[in-house]
Amino acid sequence: MDNIQRIVQGVLRFIRQLFGDPQTAVGTTIVLLFLFLAFFGNALAPYGANETGDIPVSAAPSTQHPFGTDTLGRDVFSRVMIGTSSIFQKAGLGTLLAVLIGTVIGLYIGYQGGWIDEATSRVIDALLAMPALLLALVILGVIRNLSLEQGSLQFLLARNSVLLVIAVVYVPIVARVVRSSTLEIKTREFVQAARIRGESLGYILFREIFPSVVPTLVVEASLRFSYAIFLVAALGFLGIGANPPTPDWGLMVEEARGGNYNIAPWALNFPAAAIALLVVGVNLMSDGIKNIVQKSE
Amino acid sequence: MSVLKAENVGISYKVNKQWIGAVREFGITVEPGEIYGIVGESGSGKSTIARGLIRYLPSNGRTEPGSRIEFLGEDISAAPPAQMRNIWGARMNLVPQNPMAALNPSIRIGKQIAELIGAHTDLSREAIMDRVIDGLERVNLADPEKLVERFPHEISGGQQQRVMIAMALSTSPKLLVLDEPTTALDVTTEAVILELVRDLIKEDETAAVYVTHNLGVVAQICDRVIVMYAGEIMADAPVYDLFYKPLHPYTIGLLNAIPQPGQTKRDRPLQTIPGRPPSLADLPQGCVYAPRCPLAIEICQTKPPLEAPEAGRLVRCHRWKELADGSINPRTVYATDEDAIITDTLDEEREPLLELDSLYKYFPTRRTVQDIIKGEKPSPVRAVDGVNMTVNRGRTYGLVGESGSGKTTLSKVVIGLFEKTGGEMILMGVELPAALRGRDRETLADLQMIFQNPQNSLNPYLTVGQSIRRPLMKLGGLSRTEAETEVRRLLKAVNLREEYATRYPNELSGGEKQRVAIARAFASNPMLILADEPVSALDVSVQSAVLNLLARLQKDRDAAYIFISHDLSVVSYLADYIAVMYLGHLVEVGEAQELHQPPLHPYTEALVSAIPIPDPARREDPVLLNENIPSARDIPSGCRFHTRCPRKIGAICETDAPPWRADGEGHYIRCHIPIDELIEAQRKTLPEVEHS
Repeated sequence: MDNIQRIVQGVLRFIRQLFGDPQTAVGTTIVLLFLFLAFFGNALAPYGANETGDIPVSAAPSTQHPFGTDTLGRDVFSRVMIGTSSIFQKAGLGTLLAVLIGTVIGLYIGYQGGWIDEATSRVIDALLAMPALLLALVILGVIRNLSLEQGSLQFLLARNSVLLVIAVVYVPIVARVVRSSTLEIKTREFVQAARIRGESLGYILFREIFPSVVPTLVVEASLRFSYAIFLVAALGFLGIGANPPTPDWGLMVEEARGGNYNIAPWALNFPAAAIALLVVGVNLMSDGIKNIVQKSE
Repeated sequence: MSVLKAENVGISYKVNKQWIGAVREFGITVEPGEIYGIVGESGSGKSTIARGLIRYLPSNGRTEPGSRIEFLGEDISAAPPAQMRNIWGARMNLVPQNPMAALNPSIRIGKQIAELIGAHTDLSREAIMDRVIDGLERVNLADPEKLVERFPHEISGGQQQRVMIAMALSTSPKLLVLDEPTTALDVTTEAVILELVRDLIKEDETAAVYVTHNLGVVAQICDRVIVMYAGEIMADAPVYDLFYKPLHPYTIGLLNAIPQPGQTKRDRPLQTIPGRPPSLADLPQGCVYAPRCPLAIEICQTKPPLEAPEAGRLVRCHRWKELADGSINPRTVYATDEDAIITDTLDEEREPLLELDSLYKYFPTRRTVQDIIKGEKPSPVRAVDGVNMTVNRGRTYGLVGESGSGKTTLSKVVIGLFEKTGGEMILMGVELPAALRGRDRETLADLQMIFQNPQNSLNPYLTVGQSIRRPLMKLGGLSRTEAETEVRRLLKAVNLREEYATRYPNELSGGEKQRVAIARAFASNPMLILADEPVSALDVSVQSAVLNLLARLQKDRDAAYIFISHDLSVVSYLADYIAVMYLGHLVEVGEAQELHQPPLHPYTEALVSAIPIPDPARREDPVLLNENIPSARDIPSGCRFHTRCPRKIGAICETDAPPWRADGEGHYIRCHIPIDELIEAQRKTLPEVEHS
């Protein structure tokens, strides 16, 4: 009981601290705003994502269409709002998945050491040597060529391919951060005391070591999230992150560039600004989290 | 003229946008050739003031306006940094606690010292180099011409500290500040450094401020002493007066808390100071020491002035007059149970609990490229190299030796954190499996460990209750509710209130944490507890309470201890038997009481004589071991100690392993010198100990 209470208190204190200094407060507000849109954007959007009908084509921003409309006559404001949920799903859940898997791997190899650590660490190094975007392109290429059968595992993979790519790309990074933390924590005497009691590996990893890794992990996760947003947008822009007519921010930018830009520049500017704003917001928040964690240590 | 004269110095730190007074109303006058000690517990402000006096504070520290610091007659209390930079290094120098952090790891030793001299003199290169060599010679470092070419990490900690001292003295400063310079070192090395500092300061007529928590060191080296508590001066006196005519209850408490030479747990418990130091952000009204002071009365709610009982002495206490005229007896200021904790005698034979039979632990070393080319296998680190030892039920075995002697490794092999390389371990007649996973629940419950660093021995994310409950349920097989009751009982047994169960380690002081760690170790009702330096990280006033606690728990629970410590006064208080370890094997085994009288193994003799005795009247010259302990990869032939032995008798020591010699009363010494001759030789040199 006292544990749950303490965690709740800790989280509340943490949120209070997030609004402690102006920069972090701005970042957190931006992120919370987009998070709100991710959940309710679909319901609140004045138009559907692909609604055309009587809407004028390539209309400049107006009270009716705050962000204007694109060359196909879709409301850019609505599309940006609806697209928020997709970016949070892909980047957010992808980061979460990477954190989960990376943490388990990092804890395990860091604690065990020996050849298993040596071998895994070399694989991690090899993966880290590849640029994230290149790695993502390769994985997406492979997944896209799988035969798609409704309901099969491959289908599931392909449906969530971008999310998976984010996870795969970031697992090594998270694992490495957790590993180096674990290396230091495992030398502390309370871990030795647990070993002397004959505790199981799982207990030592998750009950004794994991809590001390959390602060580092939170900082890393928030940083990863901001990079993931970039990556999702970049993949959408390159045309392999999402298929038209999905209201994906990256894809929207791609569709609105070139000749279309001369006709409806707002169709490019607003989704691009949304990407930039979210990334800046997450970065500001991430910096703030880092300061909070360092202070409490 | 005084070298340093400070009055009304206050130093504050900015913590969380608030200024906190770490030192208040400090004053000191240091004369040339004088070693002025500043002693206190952690948090007393002793390091802060030492650095404040030379204006060397971290960026969040400041000297309060109104402070006056005169250095050679010049007021430096508000001197700008540029001016201080000309003084630092040239006329005042600092020797810090950790030389490894103070020396630049990527610059050769000679060059580092030369840089300092070069920055403050106009000497030629050759002249500077001569001075570097001279300086290193003065601190008794062998072969200075070669040493200047080496990097700091290539020499031992003791040598590094000597380099630091040589460097600090290289510009002939007028003032030297030494901040716990020997705390991180072995006693044997400490003895060497202390003697060196004492001689050099007198020789150069340098003024020195020596900061330490160790009253033994103070007694051995200082001329005058300031006792600090919670940022204030409690007493200021010549060293002899401080030890023989203490006028402050806090000084008395500190002096009484250290075990007297020869005092054991069978005589009487150690005196303790109740409570803990106040937080600097929340100081008590009136006397800062009043909340812990057994002499505190009504008037102590007002702040006592710093009074001068006689010329050259200061004391901050309302009741010093009663202490001075003898109406209060210093020995009875602090209440103790006069009854000894342990009452049985060693004559009662106890059944054996743990038997170690030629136990080995070798750590393989990695083959270097050179080894592979030469086709050689590198020799392993022989950390434990053939130890035979029997531990009886309910007894305490002190395991002593310098760092690098293998005592911690031995304990970790027994507990199962390291797997033995060879030999046998028998626990209550049954072979003890080497690996932890090979041990069943009962065996795991029977062996427990108390660690050195209370900071790290509790998981910061578990409450005290959770930490103690786990072994009760896991090893004791108790249900959740049974465990809760037992947690409360254990907390009471270690003198902590029940509500500590819901606290987290960061809310506890160091001593309290160590009590919790002790409670946790006792939770599984173990037969044997291995304690690795359990009190060395604690302040004196807390240390005595923990030692009493260990003795009391041992009596109640009939547990045996293997007590590892470098502090021989602590060992001889708590231990029944003593085992002296050197380079992986034992060189002497006997009753702890015999530590104070001949015969002793020459190594033990050196260890014993190196302890700084907390008595300024007894500044005997210790048996100095100048060489460092050899590497456990390359153990000397014959007697392992022959490379450093002051009593080496000849070639036989280098070629033949010495035999075990017995005195017929359970005392064994591994030496070529016959027992009788050892007694004869040591009678002259070993300090007398009056038995209480």
